[in-house]
Amino acid sequence: MANNGATPKAKALTRQTMNPYFLKIVHPMRGPILNRSLELQRELVQGVKKPFNKVIQANDGDSQAQGQKPLTFLRQMLMLCTNPALFDSDDFPEDAKCRANRMLSGFCGPSIGCYTDDGGTEALRRDVAAFIQRRDGFASDFRSIFFVAGATEAMEDVIQLVLTGPGEKPAGIMVPWPGYPLYSAFIDKLGAYQIGYYLDEDRNWGIDVAELQRALSEAKGNSVPRLLCVINPGNPTGQVLSMENMKEAIRFAHDHRLVILADEVYQENVYFGTEFHSFKKVVSTMEPPYCNTELVSIHSASKGCVGECGLRGGYIELVNFEPIVYEAVMNLYSTKDGSTTGQIAMDVVVNPPTPGEPSYERFMQEKMAIFVSHEKRAELFTQLFNSVEGIQCPRTTGALYAFPRVFIPERAVAEAQKLGMEPDAFYCLRLLEETGFFVVPGSAFGQRQGRYHFRTTILPPMDVLRELVARFRVFHVTFLEQWK
Amino acid sequence: MLKILQRVNLRWRHAIQLNGKRLKSGKVLTLSTVNPLVKEVQYAVRGPIVIRAAEIEVELQKGVKKPFNEVIRANIGDCHATGQVPLTFLRQVVALCTYQELLKSPDFPDDAKDRARRVLASTRGSSIGSYSDSPGLEVIRRDVAAYIERRDGHPCDYMNIFLSAGASEAIRTVMNLLLTAAGAKPAGIMIPIPQYPLYSATIAEFGACQVSYYLDEENKWALDTNELKRSLEEAKERCTPRALCVINPGNPTGQLLSLENMQKVIKFAYENHLIILADEVYQDNVYGEGERFYSFKKVMTEMGAPYSKMELISFHSTSKGYMGECGFRGGYMEAVNIDKGVYDQLNKLISVRLCPTVSGQVAMDCVANPPTEGEPSYESFMKEKTYVLDSLKTRAKMVTELFNSIEGVQCNPVMGAMYAFPRITIPEKAIEEAKKRGQAPDAFYCFELLEETGICVVPGSGFGQRPGTYHFRTTILPPTEKIKELLTRFKEFHVKFTKKWE
Repeated sequence: MANNGATPKAKALTRQTMNPYFLKIVHPMRGPILNRSLELQRELVQGVKKPFNKVIQANDGDSQAQGQKPLTFLRQMLMLCTNPALFDSDDFPEDAKCRANRMLSGFCGPSIGCYTDDGGTEALRRDVAAFIQRRDGFASDFRSIFFVAGATEAMEDVIQLVLTGPGEKPAGIMVPWPGYPLYSAFIDKLGAYQIGYYLDEDRNWGIDVAELQRALSEAKGNSVPRLLCVINPGNPTGQVLSMENMKEAIRFAHDHRLVILADEVYQENVYFGTEFHSFKKVVSTMEPPYCNTELVSIHSASKGCVGECGLRGGYIELVNFEPIVYEAVMNLYSTKDGSTTGQIAMDVVVNPPTPGEPSYERFMQEKMAIFVSHEKRAELFTQLFNSVEGIQCPRTTGALYAFPRVFIPERAVAEAQKLGMEPDAFYCLRLLEETGFFVVPGSAFGQRQGRYHFRTTILPPMDVLRELVARFRVFHVTFLEQWK
Repeated sequence: MLKILQRVNLRWRHAIQLNGKRLKSGKVLTLSTVNPLVKEVQYAVRGPIVIRAAEIEVELQKGVKKPFNEVIRANIGDCHATGQVPLTFLRQVVALCTYQELLKSPDFPDDAKDRARRVLASTRGSSIGSYSDSPGLEVIRRDVAAYIERRDGHPCDYMNIFLSAGASEAIRTVMNLLLTAAGAKPAGIMIPIPQYPLYSATIAEFGACQVSYYLDEENKWALDTNELKRSLEEAKERCTPRALCVINPGNPTGQLLSLENMQKVIKFAYENHLIILADEVYQDNVYGEGERFYSFKKVMTEMGAPYSKMELISFHSTSKGYMGECGFRGGYMEAVNIDKGVYDQLNKLISVRLCPTVSGQVAMDCVANPPTEGEPSYESFMKEKTYVLDSLKTRAKMVTELFNSIEGVQCNPVMGAMYAFPRITIPEKAIEEAKKRGQAPDAFYCFELLEETGICVVPGSGFGQRPGTYHFRTTILPPTEKIKELLTRFKEFHVKFTKKWE
């Protein structure tokens, strides 16, 4: 009670008065399974006996959290920029010093503590343009490239860019199901309209134009469709789109007046000789009018072999837009200062040591070791999941995930429903309890009714995985037995 | 359409002819279909005058003759860009976290290593390259809470601390939180005029309603509750007032609010059911003799109930103070007395953005948890910190005095922050010329200043000011010798300009 006898007022900010769009947002990666995994970790620390001695976190695409080491060259560059006294040390290679110097000269002052130009430092933007040109064989203008603090922020920015004005129907955003769950969070946050389109499980999770058409037709009454989001390589699907399929999607987007948002953060995670084609490249090779399709592509320093999630580095490339759009994006980024750290990390991704440079050998060695390890683990999971009755899993050829389909017995489905859970969430919770294997149910990503999946990353270390394989088999067989 | 074109960077427009061909219409995203709110965003600190300054620098490099041989950039609060030296300790800790080999090096002091190890131990996989929890690493949030407790003498719950990529990100998040539904009256956000243009830009971007209140220039830029009342009354029809933003110490105005003023402001916010958003990023930049910074949290707490129970969100960052680490994007907000349901929503909102850059979090930790007496780095740390702050204090005083010694220029004392915001008298004829050119009078003045002297400052119209008054904002960051030169060149220019247009 107040000292002066006055009754305190109600809060100014309550559920009723705060931004109502936020209330809609569901963070699909949070919830009972995450909470239980944290509890289990605490219980293990306290010495409680479990059928496993650690929780295997296979729930998010964070490589370094699973023990992957950062690339030496990248960290040397960052460290030199942070502590320039070390430029005098003989312990660090010339190429790292040279690039560090170059980045520092490109900031608003010669310090990693300075602001950088709107949209990112020109040195980085030019390096990205050169990278894209090498990758695709088509010219890229550095002025259409903008630094972003991680890809997730970029997704929100692009959705924001296409929002409609007051009084209009909301902007319609087509998102793949299954797909990266945060798209729907941003759509809700910004008051846009989600148009989910199912990927075709029977065709390697490819894009089905008839399904795009279906989704779009249903949404036309309620929204102004603006954006077609595509994730390639796919999250959670672990698949890489064929060029033909990409062309179909591009034609569809252009014909229906949609901008393509191409989330290509896993472009370096492609295995077993699979070829990655960027949407920019494919668009550029198509005949008019499709070569004019408006496209935003996103890349980041969080994935690939670099795995620097915490450093928040990324970029977007705008392709085929009207000048006003570049200006609008620049406007938007004029108030958002990009971190120097993130820009340096991104620069190493696009401008790594080249043959002949002092760090080249070591850099390639480290990178290849990581890549080979990813490939091995991808294969291990594919084999594991396909060796067990009641699970089917396409071979992971891209990204950092396996997305097996689980045929959950009817009785288990019923039990889940009784508990108010999605059947695959029920499965994943049991999996966690019995084996310590923490994965994310397919329901978090979107899937067809009656089909159940879960997503595991391929990131837990090999020694952990070898143990896990046996435990998983036992669990799954037991589960089927118990609920048949 | 014309308004938008005027705002547009003309050089940029001419530059965009990709692939050598004009882009056809028939595009999905056009002037009329791009999010109308994004087009409205304008951030004066990096506007046309800065672009022109960059052009002039290039011209000088090419050997073009000018009445000066270098541009003096006094437009943005970027300390390192004007020669301020980063803090050794902070850089050591970040370097140790970045490149862990250095933990074995004898060249780094133990206290820096301890802090680095402590932070790394709290990350996943012992690396700053993995995602942290969305509100930031727990150990750093706790350090920030401890810092706040030491600063204010009152408890601080670390769960109310949300680390962010600079204060700007946190400010945007909170603004977003306050918005109303589409179709409803927009949320009203009270902001000071003159203001740091991030506020107006963000309000425009989100379609909220700017409720401007003038700071009292005659009274050292204080907040006048009558003016607050007036502005709120006037706005009630067109919006649902939600928040009162206060920048203390002030940007661009450089004032430090008195205790009494703060108490009045708090009472006003209470009576009008407003959340206070306290931008306190300059809390270490305080220059007046015997002056000290009081946080809104401290003042509110010491006023007792009901004020001590008010909702308040305060912001701090690594970009200013004695650190000047703008590039790292370190910052936090402290959200006190927030409704539990709202708090959960805020947490959820922050989680969809994953996490703020971890190196920025580490930089923030060095501010919250600096070397203490007895630790190896303490002496040198204090020496560096004192040197920077004393130097800023000297320049603040010098700038205030020199501006006030020029006829036609009046400058409120620079009590805090990093800027001076002098008021200039512009002759009528110059005002007319400006109008003819479609420029604000002080923008015209600043462009002439730039062309004649190479001094780059930001016109007061970029920050807002009472109609009929003209100002510009200069930083006090160029080194002392440069500041003296700036002031000399400025004085010559002002006399000449006044004569030319009288």
